[in-house]
Amino acid sequence: MTITERGTGHAASAGYRSDVVLSVRDLRVRFSRAGRSVHAVNGLSYELRAGKMLAIIGESGSGKSVSVRALMGLLPPSAYVAGSAMLGDIELVGMSDKRMREIRGADISMVFQDPTRSLNPTMSVGAQITEAIRTKNTVNRKVAAERSVELLKLVRLPAAERRYHEYPHQLSGGMRQRVMIAIALASNPKVLIADEATTALDVTTQAQIMELLVDLQDRLGTAVIMISHDLGLAASYADDVLVMYAGEAVEKAETATLFQNVRMPYTKALLGAIPQLTTVPHSLLTVIGGHPPDLSQIPPGCPFQPRCPRAVAKCAEHPPLAEHEPRHWYACWNPVPSGEDWALAQPADGVPAEDDTLDDAEQLMTEGFVPPVEPLLTAGVIPSEDNAPKKGEQA
Amino acid sequence: MSTAQPAGAQQRVETEPLLSVRNIVQEYVSRGPGNVKAGVVHAVSDISFDLPRGQTLGIVGETGSGKSTLARAIIQVERPKSGEVVFRGQDIAALPKRKLTKVHAQMQMVYQDPFGSLNPRWRVEDVVAEPLLGHTKQNRAQRRARVRELLELVGLKPDTYLRRRPTELSGGQAQRVAIARAIALNPALIICDEAISSLDVLIQAQVLNLFEKLRVELGLSYLFIAHDLATVKQISDQVAVMHLGQLAEIGPAQEIYRAPRHPYTRALLDSIPGLDPQTGIARRPVTLKGEPPSPLNPPSGCRFRTRCPRAQDLCAEVMPPLTEHDPGHFAACHFPLEAPAVISSESLVASIRRTGPAAEPINRR
Repeated sequence: MTITERGTGHAASAGYRSDVVLSVRDLRVRFSRAGRSVHAVNGLSYELRAGKMLAIIGESGSGKSVSVRALMGLLPPSAYVAGSAMLGDIELVGMSDKRMREIRGADISMVFQDPTRSLNPTMSVGAQITEAIRTKNTVNRKVAAERSVELLKLVRLPAAERRYHEYPHQLSGGMRQRVMIAIALASNPKVLIADEATTALDVTTQAQIMELLVDLQDRLGTAVIMISHDLGLAASYADDVLVMYAGEAVEKAETATLFQNVRMPYTKALLGAIPQLTTVPHSLLTVIGGHPPDLSQIPPGCPFQPRCPRAVAKCAEHPPLAEHEPRHWYACWNPVPSGEDWALAQPADGVPAEDDTLDDAEQLMTEGFVPPVEPLLTAGVIPSEDNAPKKGEQA
Repeated sequence: MSTAQPAGAQQRVETEPLLSVRNIVQEYVSRGPGNVKAGVVHAVSDISFDLPRGQTLGIVGETGSGKSTLARAIIQVERPKSGEVVFRGQDIAALPKRKLTKVHAQMQMVYQDPFGSLNPRWRVEDVVAEPLLGHTKQNRAQRRARVRELLELVGLKPDTYLRRRPTELSGGQAQRVAIARAIALNPALIICDEAISSLDVLIQAQVLNLFEKLRVELGLSYLFIAHDLATVKQISDQVAVMHLGQLAEIGPAQEIYRAPRHPYTRALLDSIPGLDPQTGIARRPVTLKGEPPSPLNPPSGCRFRTRCPRAQDLCAEVMPPLTEHDPGHFAACHFPLEAPAVISSESLVASIRRTGPAAEPINRR
């Protein structure tokens, strides 16, 4: 529904649709385990523009990783994927494994959070990149080796010729992540997905890797999907931002539009929770209590309603993600008034008020159901993470 | 450097610091194939500082800078190679192991991964009661009452959580349980080793606020280790910046952020992606060139010189001593940054607004 709106809404800006490399529509992912279904992604739609960076933001368990793994065919067999994801004119959802193997690495590739687990410790860096090149292209070893060194230089790995012969354990975390990016770029993909690619790194290294991604985007025209929980990082580097909650997009817009005019209370809450360099020592952060809903029994209505300080009666009805303002989509019945000062109706006095709300929400959530949200969700995600090293090699 | 007393002279006169660390050194022998000695990892090299009662010292640095090693050496999990750890007037580095038990009742640690530090087979009540069992002579009823009290204190309803096991908790709840256990014996000092790093943003904020609440209510002191300068600022009185086993800079939190003297601190500050919550304008980080050097073979002279934009010949020859630039503000640099630094608190905000409009990256392409 939002798609058609978007279509008409942007007919004016000619060429806007034509440079879309990846168009995801109403993507749904459901895991079925032991008679229970976990609805990890519920009708996610977005468009990735060529040469741009889209940041998907959310807490753990919001479905951000699952949604991109679904595109790459990296989910375990227990996952049921529906909807549509068009990479150019190729439909990714429901594609055969054989065809997916051709696409994966060639047209769309991924960089994972932990480079140590993604790289093969028994193979030299060069061998792993060469393998990635030769899987997708018919070139001889020599050409592939030359191309590998070029790739290492492209990702600005110092002393690339020497590193070519080294093993992952001889590299630092930042260097390993550069190697992963080199492997991901081996066949010049149209779309690069960075799934929390800098989360495990130091701030200094994180900045270097993000600069590299932006630079590669400029030079190669690769479109990047950046999965992160860090709003600051997204605001600094991404062109478009999509905020996910309980498997849905709750707010999306271009970076500047979104952060200068946050309307969804959840995004506002995320913003308030970030410690700022400008805050005074011993001051308290704005917090909201509670936990994301149990994805096996998402309550009807707005999924954020139990935690939302702005909840109204209407919130019992599910708010659609709609373009309420030009190029600014959000799903909320009672959005934060535009230009309202930074306050989420949270008492700033001493004791944080989250405790009670946390417990109430907790009890609601866990009624008649013993294991809480997180183990359940990870149970669905872990198998695909175990795939990560394998995919890294053949990417 | 060895006589650094960063807590400030006047505080020393008034009250003795809770914790004084003097010239602490921790080194590990690294062994290669065949158990051949490959070199010495200089994990912590000659660190000294004071922590006054009721204050929080934030320790920041990159991976491998020795933050956790320092914490472990202070709490005597691993005895430091040399140096003194004076806690409440007693050098605990010299204490025999059996006497350390008493000290540990006063000094507790909260770790990064709450699930790794809670026994998955124990119920929350057992986890929290364990320190009481070992350190006090309370009977069962007293312990139960105390556990309830502790859970209330960390914001978990006892009736809901007492009988749960760690696997039935979320990350934030598990970390609260770990905190309840740490404060069970009314310690004076809590060492938080990346205690919030593995939590989600919203939960991080809750736990940070909880730490702050407990500090006020129980008069706790913290050693708060993190890799993120922004987090540390929120709760610290003093901040120490570690680089490759050494203190690069230590001083009052506000000073460190307002006018960092060490180029490394500056670089760390610049690496943080900024976002002004009021205006929504982002500041893109400025990157530090190069890789951190290996602690196996640190550079001669200043260990930061290989990545330092201000490095000169002197830096390769002489190790810069930790010198006092402003009262209580120490930095180890031959060519420190100027005091009326580019960033006063207001100009920091101004520079965020000026230099890094979020629109810029979009226009750039």
